[in-house]
Amino acid sequence: MNDIQQLIRKHRFFAGLQESDLELAAGCAANVHFPAGQHLFHEGESADHFYLLRSGRVALEMAVPGRQPVVIETLQAGDVIGWSWLFPPYLWQMDARALLAVRATAFDGKCLREKCASNHDLGYELAMRFAAILTHRLQATRLQLLDVYGSHH
Amino acid sequence: MDPTIESPARPQPATEPMLPDPWRVERVHAETADTFSLELTPVGGPRPLAFSPGQFNMLYVFGVGEVPISISGNPEIESPLVHTTRIVGTVTRAMGKLKAGDLLGVRGPYGSGWPVDAAKGRDVVIVAGGLGLAPLRPLIHHLLAHRADYREIALLYGTRTPQDRIFRADLRRWTARRDLQAQVTVDRAVSGWTGHVGVVTKLVAHAPFDPSNTVAFVCGPEVMMRFTLQELQRRGVPPERSHLSLERNMKCAIGFCGHCQYGSMFVCKDGPVFRYDRVRSLMKVREL
Ligand SMILES: Cc1cc2nc3c(=O)[nH]c(=O)nc-3n(C[C@H](O)[C@H](O)[C@H](O)COP(=O)(O)OP(=O)(O)OC[C@H]3O[C@@H](n4cnc5c(N)ncnc54)[C@H](O)[C@@H]3O)c2cc1C
Ligand code: FES
Repeated sequence: MNDIQQLIRKHRFFAGLQESDLELAAGCAANVHFPAGQHLFHEGESADHFYLLRSGRVALEMAVPGRQPVVIETLQAGDVIGWSWLFPPYLWQMDARALLAVRATAFDGKCLREKCASNHDLGYELAMRFAAILTHRLQATRLQLLDVYGSHH
Repeated sequence: MDPTIESPARPQPATEPMLPDPWRVERVHAETADTFSLELTPVGGPRPLAFSPGQFNMLYVFGVGEVPISISGNPEIESPLVHTTRIVGTVTRAMGKLKAGDLLGVRGPYGSGWPVDAAKGRDVVIVAGGLGLAPLRPLIHHLLAHRADYREIALLYGTRTPQDRIFRADLRRWTARRDLQAQVTVDRAVSGWTGHVGVVTKLVAHAPFDPSNTVAFVCGPEVMMRFTLQELQRRGVPPERSHLSLERNMKCAIGFCGHCQYGSMFVCKDGPVFRYDRVRSLMKVREL
C-alpha cells in the first residue's frame, strides 16, 4: 500500500471503501500544497481534478465585474472540492482560493473517469459519495439563502 | 453519570412573583445595529440575583410593558446583571432607548437552565445562531470556570454577516483559547473576512467531539435549531443528549396564564431549555 493510499483511507470521503477501490483511486492521486492566497482553480478552466482537503481553508468565489469576488462558501479539512470533473463539459463553475495554506490530495479526473468506466463498482461508489455531498451542500446553501438567524422564525 | 440527568435545583425568583424590582442601568453596550446589552445593578444596594445559565428574567420598561429576556452575563460573578436584547417591537424599542442611570423593572430568574451536570466528564458542543448566543454565554462562562470538569468544548456560532456577531470581545478571547474550539461562520462575507462562510450546520461535521460521549446545547431561531439537531444526529449525538432553548410569547412567566403553552408543557416553567427528544414532535408543528 503506498503513502497516498494510506492517507486517503483516513479521509471520511473514502470511509468504508474497499482496499482494491482505494488502490485504484490512489493510482490517480498526488499530494499538493497551496500557499495562502493562491488559487486552486479559476472559473471556466478545464476541471481536470478534485481535491480532498487535509488542512487549511479554501474559499469558493464568484468573480463579479467591478467588485471584490463574492465568497459563496468556505471549505476545510475533511471536505471535498470539485465535482465539475464528473460531468461534461468538465469546466470549473467557480474560483477556488486558499484562504489559509492548504494541504490536499488532488485526483486526476480523466484518470478516475477511465477507471470508473472500466470498473462500475468503483464508479457507483464514487457517484454515490458525490451525490451525497451535492445533496448536503444544496441543503446548506438553501439554509444560507433563508437567513436563518436574522428574523424570528 | 446518567446522560439524561436534568439540572439540579434552580435559582428561584428573588422578588414577589408578579412584582418587578427596580434595577439601574449602569452601562449600555451596542452589540450590533439593532442589538444592545444592558448592565444592571439593583437600586438600594447589593442584592445579587443568582441564576443558572439559560434562565431568563421578565424586564419591565416602566409605562410601556414587560418582556422575557435571557440573562446573558457571567453567572460566576455577582454583578452586574446583563441582558442582551434585539429591537423587534414596542417594548424592546423602548428598552433600546434606556441610558445609564435609567431604571428598569426586573423579576426573576425564571425557567429551566442548561443541564450542565449532564455534560460533566463529556465532550460539549455548543451551537448558536445569531442572538441565540446570548442565553448560551452564561453557559460558556460556567464551563470555562469549571474547565477541568469537561472534556473537549466546541463552540460553533453562525450569523448573517460579520457585523451581526454579538459579544465580539468574548469571541476574540474564546477563539484564541486552546481549551475551547470556537468557530464562527457567516452567510455573507465582507471584504477582509477570512473566517468561515456558510451556514452554521456545516461546522457540526468538523467539530472536535466524540459523538458517543457528547452533550449538545443549541440556541437560535427554530429553523436553525431544527437543522442543527439533524446534523448532530447525523454525527451520532442522540436527541436525549441534545438540549435547546425555545421561545414562546409570555405574560406571567410563572405557569399561570397559559400564554406560553407548548403541547402539554409551559415554556416559562418547564423550559425554556428542553431536551430535544421531549419536544421534537412539537417542533414539526407549524402552528400551535
Ligand atoms: C424565554 C425567552 C427568552 C428570550 N430571550 C431574549 C433575549 O435574550 N434577547 C432578545 O432580544 N429577545 C429574547 N426573547 C424574545 C423577546 O421576549 C421578544 O423579542 C420581545 O418579547 C418582543 O417584545 P416587543 O414588545 O419589543 O415586540 P412586539 O411589539 O410584541 O412584537 C414585534 C414583532 O416581534 C415579534 N415577536 C415578539 N416576540 C417574539 C418572540 N419571542 N419570538 C418571535 N417573534 C417575536 C412579533 O410577532 C412582532 O412581529 C426571549 C423570549 C423568551 C420567551
Ligand atoms: S407565561 Fe404564563 S404560563 Fe407561561
